Amino acid sequence: MGCVTPDAETIDHAAVVAWIRRFAAEIDEHRAELVRLDTAIGDGDHGTNMDRGMRKVVEKLDGAGGNDIGASLKSVGMTLVSSVGGAAGPLYGTLFLQMGSATGGSATLDTAGFTQALEAGLRGVQSRGKAEPGDKTMVDALVPAVEALHRAESDGVVVGEATRRAADAAQEGMKATIPMEARKGRASYLGPRSVGHQDPGATSSYLLLRSAAEAFANT
Amino acid sequence: MSPAMKKLINAPDDVVREALEGMELAYGDRLRVSYDPMYIVRADAPVDGKVGIISGGGSGHEPMHGGFVGPGMLDGACPGEVFTSPTPDQMMAATKAVNGGAGVLHIVKNYTGDVMNFEMAADLAGEEGIPVEVVVTNDDVAVQDSLYTAGRRGVGITVIAEKICGAAAEERRSVVDVAELGRRVNAQGRSMGMALTACTTPSSGEPSFVLGDDEMEIGIGIHGEPGRYREPLAPASVVVERLASAVVEDLPYNSGDQVLAMVNGMGGTPLIELFVVYRELHHFLQERGITITRRLIGNYITSLEMAGCSITLLRLDDELTRLWDAPVNTPALRWGA
Repeated sequence: MGCVTPDAETIDHAAVVAWIRRFAAEIDEHRAELVRLDTAIGDGDHGTNMDRGMRKVVEKLDGAGGNDIGASLKSVGMTLVSSVGGAAGPLYGTLFLQMGSATGGSATLDTAGFTQALEAGLRGVQSRGKAEPGDKTMVDALVPAVEALHRAESDGVVVGEATRRAADAAQEGMKATIPMEARKGRASYLGPRSVGHQDPGATSSYLLLRSAAEAFANT
Repeated sequence: MSPAMKKLINAPDDVVREALEGMELAYGDRLRVSYDPMYIVRADAPVDGKVGIISGGGSGHEPMHGGFVGPGMLDGACPGEVFTSPTPDQMMAATKAVNGGAGVLHIVKNYTGDVMNFEMAADLAGEEGIPVEVVVTNDDVAVQDSLYTAGRRGVGITVIAEKICGAAAEERRSVVDVAELGRRVNAQGRSMGMALTACTTPSSGEPSFVLGDDEMEIGIGIHGEPGRYREPLAPASVVVERLASAVVEDLPYNSGDQVLAMVNGMGGTPLIELFVVYRELHHFLQERGITITRRLIGNYITSLEMAGCSITLLRLDDELTRLWDAPVNTPALRWGA
C-alpha cells in the first residue's frame, strides 16, 4: 500500500490514498465512540456523519487514478462538503480542500510539503469555524500537530517520523480538551457542564493524524 | 432498531427520503422535489423578477421547512438528515432553482453547522454571480448570548420570518429590502421552549436525554439537546409564567405593545394542551398591558415526538401586521389564498 520506507524523504500519491483509506477505516472503527463523545456534549451525530462522508470518499477513491496529490485531496474535500452536513462537513471539507490547494500538482511531499499542507488546512478550518486554541474543538488537536511538524522540519526529520510526532502531539491536544469549557458549537450551550468530556472533533482529528502516521510508516 | 423505539418508519436510513417522497405524492401539483441533491421548490420556481427565498436545516422539525414552501412564503427548502444541517451542494442547487433574476435570500437558523454550510453555499452562489443575502435567526432566550458560546439558537421566529419575508418578496421588493425586513423580525422576536419528554432520532434509537416521570426540562432547543434547567413537573400556568417572563423581560416587551403570539407544539403535544397554554399566555400578557393582535397555535417547528411547547412573541407594527396577513398558500400554512 503506502509506498514509502521508514527513512524515505517523501511520500507519494499512493501513500496519501492509503492515508485516506486508513482514516475511513478508523472512523468506521471508532464510530460508536465518536457518537458517545458527541452525545455527552453535542447532538450525537459526529460518528454517523463522518462515517457517511468517509464511505462516500472511499467509493470515489476506488474509481480515481492519477498522481496529483492536490487533486485527490480536493476531491476528498468536495465529497465531505457534500455528504457530511452538520458542522463537521464544512470543517473537514475545508481542511481537505485547503490541503489540496497547497499541494496542487505535487506527485510527492517531503516533511516541508506535508507541513505546509496541514497548516493550510488548519488555517482554513480556523477561518471557517472561527475557533481558537482552547475553545475545545478539532483545532486543539490540529494546532499541536502542525507545531510538531514545524519542529520536525527544522530538525531535518523525514516525513514518516515527522508525522508520527505530529500524531503524538495531536493525541496530547485531544486529551487536553477534557478539562476545557466549550466555546464553540453546540457544546458551548452547556457552558461549565461541557467540562470533563473529551471533544469529539479533536478526537476525529487525532484519528486523522494517527492514520497518516500509520500510512506513511508502512513499507 | 432498538426495541424501545416505536416509530412509524420502514428503516432509519430511509426516513428522510421516504417522507420527501410522501410529500411529493401528496403535493406534487404545487411542489417539485429533487432527490440528488435533496431539495423542495414551489412548482412554478423560479418566479421571474421575484426574490427567491430558501431555508433549510436538519429534518425532524416538520412542517418546517418543506411544509412552508409555496406562494407567499418559501420558494425552496433543503432538508438535511434528522437534526443534521443540509450541505452546500443542496443549498446551491436550490438557490439556482429559485433564482428569478432578483437575487436569493437564505434564512438560516443560528446553529454552527447550518451557518457554516449556508456560508459555503453563499460563497458558491457569489462565484456564479447570484446575489445572495442572508438572515440568521437567533431568538432563543434560553441560551446566553456571549463571545464564549455559539450564540442564541434560531427557533420559532424562523417560521414567522419566512412568512413575512415571503409576503414582501411577493410584492417584488428587492433582496436587500426583504433581508432587512427579516432582520427586523428577528430583532423584534424572542422565544423559549420546554419539554415534558425527550425525543429519539431514528438513527440513534435512544432518547436524547432522560427525564423522570415527575420532571420537566425548561429552555430546550429543537434538537433534543437538554435545556437550561430541570424542575419538578408543574401546572400549565407555572410553565407559561417561566417561559413568558423570560421572553417578555428579554426584549423587553412593554405595556402598550401589540404582538403576534405563537404557541408551538414540539411534536408530541395535543392541540388541547396548546390551547390551555394559549389561555395562560393571553392572561399573562394582558396583565402586563401587552395585547395579542395576531396568533399562531399548532405544531410548526417540532422536535420529532417530543412533548412540550415553545412560546414566541413578535412585536408588531402596521407593516409587519399587513405582511403577516397577506395571502399564503403552503402545505402547512394557508390563508387568503
